[in-house]
Amino acid sequence: MSNLEDLYREIILDHYRNPRNRGELVTPPAHKAEGFNPLCGDEITVYLQVENDTLVDIKIAGHGCSISQSSASLMTAAVKGKSLETVRGTIDTFKQLMTVHESSLDTEVDPEPVNLRALGELAALQGVVKFPVRIKCATLAWNTLTQGLSDLA
Amino acid sequence: MHERPIVYLDTAATALTPRIVIESMQRYYETYHSNVHRAVYVTAAEATEAYEAARLAIGRFIGAPHPADELIFTHGTTESFNLLAKSWGRANLTSSDVVVLTEMEHHANLVPWFQLRDEIGIEIRFIKVTDDFRLDLSNLDELLRGAKLLSVTGMSNVLGTINPIAELAAAAHAAGALIAVDGAQSVAHGVTNVAGLDIDFLAFGAHKMMGPTGIGALWVRRSILDSMPPFLGGGGMIADVSLNGFSAADGIAKYEAGTPPIAEAIGFHTAVHYLESLGMEDIAAYEHELTASLLNQLATQFPERIRVIGPTTMEMRGGVVSFDVEGVHPHDVAQVLDQFGVCVRPGHHCAKPLMKRFSLAATARASFGPYSNESDIEMLMTALDDAVRLFG
Repeated sequence: MSNLEDLYREIILDHYRNPRNRGELVTPPAHKAEGFNPLCGDEITVYLQVENDTLVDIKIAGHGCSISQSSASLMTAAVKGKSLETVRGTIDTFKQLMTVHESSLDTEVDPEPVNLRALGELAALQGVVKFPVRIKCATLAWNTLTQGLSDLA
Repeated sequence: MHERPIVYLDTAATALTPRIVIESMQRYYETYHSNVHRAVYVTAAEATEAYEAARLAIGRFIGAPHPADELIFTHGTTESFNLLAKSWGRANLTSSDVVVLTEMEHHANLVPWFQLRDEIGIEIRFIKVTDDFRLDLSNLDELLRGAKLLSVTGMSNVLGTINPIAELAAAAHAAGALIAVDGAQSVAHGVTNVAGLDIDFLAFGAHKMMGPTGIGALWVRRSILDSMPPFLGGGGMIADVSLNGFSAADGIAKYEAGTPPIAEAIGFHTAVHYLESLGMEDIAAYEHELTASLLNQLATQFPERIRVIGPTTMEMRGGVVSFDVEGVHPHDVAQVLDQFGVCVRPGHHCAKPLMKRFSLAATARASFGPYSNESDIEMLMTALDDAVRLFG
């Protein structure tokens, strides 16, 4: 049985209670992308400020559960100020982390090991895969960020 | 999957199924599985008889004066409203006509009317919901002026509010409008009598009544059926077909195209029989008691922390209790509760306009059935205490 402690790590609760980079950016020059989870009504808006292939600023608005909000907050902390190439790499690694491998649910062996060290604090979200219903919560901000970046490309 | 016993508090989403309902459907599949209204052999006749017996019993259960001629089987409440909008609506409404709905409707009683508005341009008006979670009837006459239909829920699937249907029916009829009622939440939790209420349409579904999924019904006052063309086209709904076209069957057959959900109709019949054996008044009284107990315990244990989104008095109120835990998202509430085996529903409950009315994205919702009891409430309170502690 999956434990709640796997899901609600202290880092996650901290980012839920004290979200980083919350707010809005003026559009334009910033770009904005919106994401919805129609099942639970969560809504998120990601504001992006890109200059010279660098994500110089990012802000998050909207509302949702602790998993979607903390994931968004952790995401902003991980990608703010980074080159777009690095941002895309982080998105890929995170999405890999959120991919369920049935066989790995009960064992600690992951068929395709994710570089957790590269994820830093984001690794705290790895427990979410043990609660498959909540994966959509964790990936909402990331999918919205991906959408925003592809709008800009 | 679960090591803990299930504490099922999500009857408003779907009610648990008694074994006799499952057995009645199994008996059909094992001993007389045949199509209905077609062949002459003995099991086909048995299946047809069972299917039509279900119609009669379910019709009588809701007090239909002519059950054999008025109860249309559908795939559920949602399809019932689509049938109403697409058959009756298209044939009887034009761009200058008005349909009155309420702010507390389920999407099933909103979207089909929006689709009809997109198609033919009807006007839709809404009865507002008051701050104490009741329909605001102060301007009802004005809203109904010139309306052709009032379509309203018997009981809100979010608030638990029971609406004054007889009063609304009288007002609608006085204004020259018909009245349709969404019985999805109300029919299994108290006495429903369409004749006594003097309503014109009733939509409801079996799986919220301890029956199977995949079947429901639209009851239509017999005199209105003449003004309702067929809905879906296909086998079973025709009198004749040639390469030049078709003519529709007489009576309610014209609304039941294709092979109907036969096993489900049989299970639906058994479920209604089961509910009647418990007694609808007794079910209502029992769930009333449980609801009062839950409201009381929430107010006592979490006076500052938990806000009930729905009436906190028991007058005209059913066993659906939505609540908001301050500082804890409903998804997280439900997640913690799940660790205790407690099943509640987080989300917007397919009533987004109502959520917006109260500036909420979602609520957590506990709901009762005849099998619920005080120990379920006790476990819910224990689990809520844990959720509040975890999120601080």
